[in-house]
Amino acid sequence: MPQNESIIADNVVKHFGDIKALDGVSLAAETGKVLGLLGPNGAGKTTLVRILTTLLKPDSGRVVVGGLDVLRQKQRVREIIGLAGQYAAVDEILTGRENLVMVGRLYHMPRHIAKQRAAELLEQFALTDAADRSVKTYSGGMRRRLDLAASMVARPNILFLDEPTTGLDARARIAMWETIRELVSDGTTLLLTTQYLEEADELADLIVVIDHGRVIAEGTADQLKANMAADFIDITVANPLQVAQASELLRPLSSEAPQTDDQRGHVVLSVESGVQSVAEVVRLLDGEDIHIAELNLRRPTLNDVFLSITGEAIIEEEAKPKRRGFGRRRSA
Amino acid sequence: MSQHSLTSAPAKALVPMAGEAGVLKHLWWNFADTYIVMKRNLMYFVREPQLLIFATVQPIMFLVLFTYVFGGVISFSTGGDYINYLMPGIVIQSIIFASSNTTVGLSLDLSRGMIDRFRSLPMSRAAVLAGRTAADTVRGFFTISIMLMAGYVIGFRFADWGTGLAGLLLAVAFGYAFTWISATIGLLVKDPEAAQVAGFIWLFPLTFASSIFVPTRTMPDWLRTFAENQPVSIVAGTVRELMTGTVNPDGIATSLAWIIGIVVVFMPLAVRQYAKVASR
Ligand SMILES: Nc1ncnc2c1ncn2[C@@H]1O[C@H](COP(=O)(O)OP(=O)(O)OP(=O)(O)O)[C@@H](O)[C@H]1O
Ligand SMILES: [Mg+2]
Repeated sequence: MPQNESIIADNVVKHFGDIKALDGVSLAAETGKVLGLLGPNGAGKTTLVRILTTLLKPDSGRVVVGGLDVLRQKQRVREIIGLAGQYAAVDEILTGRENLVMVGRLYHMPRHIAKQRAAELLEQFALTDAADRSVKTYSGGMRRRLDLAASMVARPNILFLDEPTTGLDARARIAMWETIRELVSDGTTLLLTTQYLEEADELADLIVVIDHGRVIAEGTADQLKANMAADFIDITVANPLQVAQASELLRPLSSEAPQTDDQRGHVVLSVESGVQSVAEVVRLLDGEDIHIAELNLRRPTLNDVFLSITGEAIIEEEAKPKRRGFGRRRSA
Repeated sequence: MSQHSLTSAPAKALVPMAGEAGVLKHLWWNFADTYIVMKRNLMYFVREPQLLIFATVQPIMFLVLFTYVFGGVISFSTGGDYINYLMPGIVIQSIIFASSNTTVGLSLDLSRGMIDRFRSLPMSRAAVLAGRTAADTVRGFFTISIMLMAGYVIGFRFADWGTGLAGLLLAVAFGYAFTWISATIGLLVKDPEAAQVAGFIWLFPLTFASSIFVPTRTMPDWLRTFAENQPVSIVAGTVRELMTGTVNPDGIATSLAWIIGIVVVFMPLAVRQYAKVASR
């Protein structure tokens, strides 16, 4: 077994009835590195995580975690991994400390060690003050942190975090990033799923983009960006009715059709050299009496990468962001 | 291994490797894990005592109301003190309703991701169900103990403490068997709201079309045939005999056969459904 790759999925297929949740996904996470699994709602992220963590059986494909065959050595795999699922799985009625001690005991740690480990983790995740309160009284961010702490009880070398920051506010998210960075600084291999592009950019060494159960792109953030046009020009026209006209006018400046949003009057143009094109954009639009309300020149973000490969689906999804509760019902 | 080397051991030593353990150790962990899960489930009753209070107050209310409202009329047909007829029946009814808690508990654990958490740990696979059914049996035992005390206040008496306690034990065993039916239902229904209803709706015909509250003599034939041969009546009858000091070996044998039969059928069903639901 090659030990330099701690997580391997090889051509994994999974159907739910007629739905093809995973359509031959292959990926590998190098030991000690962070792999970011990026995809919109329904892409298959959770399904893959559940397969990698022994919770779900794939229809076909090979899955190896920590050198162990996940399908044949479930119990051994469970000893070396940690999982924080998409929905914080902590017991509301127990206190934070009791939750962690229970998990430790279920890892078959002696009681005093489980207690000591719980105290360490509560400290590390800034939950000491709330440690002996029932989890019912915790905020979403605190539950998330406790859930993460629970996944770390046995100091796993391989960690799976399914959307660890979904539902957190901006400040809590940044704090969570900090925590995750600390976790992986000691050589833990991490597979992290996210819908937030900046999050993958911030945390991941390698990004795998999936959509409709297929890998559609793979590489470092920089590699993914390298395939993109050099610059983007964001234009907002004063009269949204002129979006189509503007888009047509500007089409020759770019190698691909501009992205448009009729409602907001947005036109996004990708160009080779922003500085040269801006003047041209202004001249063209002015010539046709299209008033510019706003114009920005910017470097490509991972978001653009994502948009260009996943197409429109993500735009629609992002227009109506999904709110998530914690400890709530799984949406089927 | 010394205390010191354990606490300062490198990360790996935190968790003993199951793969290296013997059969006995595995068996031990099955029990230990079941105990931990059971304790966790029982915490719900300790932390939210109102759950337990309602679960206890309702049957006590039944007991008191039935005794004083119907007692006078019914004593004619039960030939004796109605309270001594009713009490064992209500004991069976309460323990069965306590069992239905398993349905809701499991569906909640499923929907809240607790089952996923448990399954991602190297713990005993049987412990989630075994710990749940054990906890609900303990809760049932607690409920009927309080009921018996309440019954004592309004005039119920064991004819013989030995057989009376045997009857109590039989009732608890019956409740345990029913937790496995409830577990199967909870895993089939999955949705917690549906489980609220599905959990106990099927218990009404079983408890009312039975000899729990009144003798079956006055029921129409079709109902009577059902009422006299269904397990709730049979076990309630045996418990009643034991609590009133009669030992009827046939009744005890039939009751035990039902209890064992239910466990033998529903335990594997629940386990199979658990494996299916949890890894869907
Ligand atoms: N238990 C299930 N039964 C039926 N279909 C399912 C089940 N679980 C997932 N699916 C379907 O499989 C596809 C992939 O779902 P999955 O949960 O893996 O997506 P995801 O990338 O995690 O999405 P999200 O960002 O919303 O969490 C979806 O179409 C989903 O509806
Ligand atoms: Mg998901």
